[in-house]
Amino acid sequence: MAVSDDILELTPTQLDALREIGNVGAGNSATALSQIINHRIDMNVPEVSIVPLTEVPDLVGGPDVMVAGVFLRVYGAAPSNILFLLPQESAFYLVDMILGKQRGETKTLDFMDESALMEIGNILAGAYLNALFNLTKLSLLPSIPALAMDMAGAILSVVLIQLGQMGDHALVIETEFQADEDGIKGHFFLVPDPGSLDTILSAVGVG
Amino acid sequence: MAELVKVGMADYKVGRAPSILISYGLGSCIGVSLYDPTTKVGGLLHIMLPDSRQSKTTENPAKFADTGMPLMLKDVLGLGASKTRLVAKMAGGAQMFAFAKATDIMKVGQRNAEAIKTILKDMGIPLLAEDTGENYGRTVQINLENGVYTVKTMVKGEKDI
Repeated sequence: MAVSDDILELTPTQLDALREIGNVGAGNSATALSQIINHRIDMNVPEVSIVPLTEVPDLVGGPDVMVAGVFLRVYGAAPSNILFLLPQESAFYLVDMILGKQRGETKTLDFMDESALMEIGNILAGAYLNALFNLTKLSLLPSIPALAMDMAGAILSVVLIQLGQMGDHALVIETEFQADEDGIKGHFFLVPDPGSLDTILSAVGVG
Repeated sequence: MAELVKVGMADYKVGRAPSILISYGLGSCIGVSLYDPTTKVGGLLHIMLPDSRQSKTTENPAKFADTGMPLMLKDVLGLGASKTRLVAKMAGGAQMFAFAKATDIMKVGQRNAEAIKTILKDMGIPLLAEDTGENYGRTVQINLENGVYTVKTMVKGEKDI
């Protein structure tokens, strides 16, 4: 997601460039995740879409759906936010898998489970930003992750409010992951700060 | 059966009994209600930000406390509410993620709550109850039959304020 209604004026070439960034970043993340959980991960072609802010929660099933959200602040040449959202059930299965529990064993998150999910967020973000660096040569460093398990609208509001200061639309670079036979899916959002989108586009030569 | 009227993010709705106005999944946003117990007319506004003057675009006035509140007030008065009888309640304004170095944007929930309080004071409308802050999401609704404002959460149950 990016940050001003200037995004309504992005050219098809620029949108293609952003899609490619999402593709490479998410591809790297999916590989990392697949190695940790030792399961195949399918990933859809990243969608780059311009959505009214108020409709973003619908992308993950509506504002009152229970999700786990791992949030990381990105520092460096193009400050951004990263948000990794998983439906509650997917988060529980993922914890079962990583911590070697019986499937269905996790029903609430204890401290250890939360750490595991945050570490997943950390690894996904690291892999994504590494790919972004290879493409753009922009050095980007993630903060330590923060976790919340709550309503999707409430968690998304953290990034939507920031976008709301600049305009009424969000540029969503969104990828859906799926470990198919395991019913695990998640959404990965990259949300550049005001100004960062221009930096990213310039770095790939379509600014 | 009471009609359930959904209020989206950066939006507001007004109505009269027996309607119930509801807004889902508030984080740092705030759901503020106005209610006239005599005519049973009221409204619910879901704001995202405190101040339109700090924003680049102001196309949607319901997004901000300072521009959204006068709009909702005008519409409830238009439905026959009396300004002297109006009372307000609000909930939301959470900080969903805790960081050691909370930036201004992280603390926007708190700023939203403060902005609403100042505006209500200027309007001369009493704030009867609030449930703001903390670190969890809320779904809020006001029942225009009796003015009961209900806050539902995933982690702290449900309560009327």
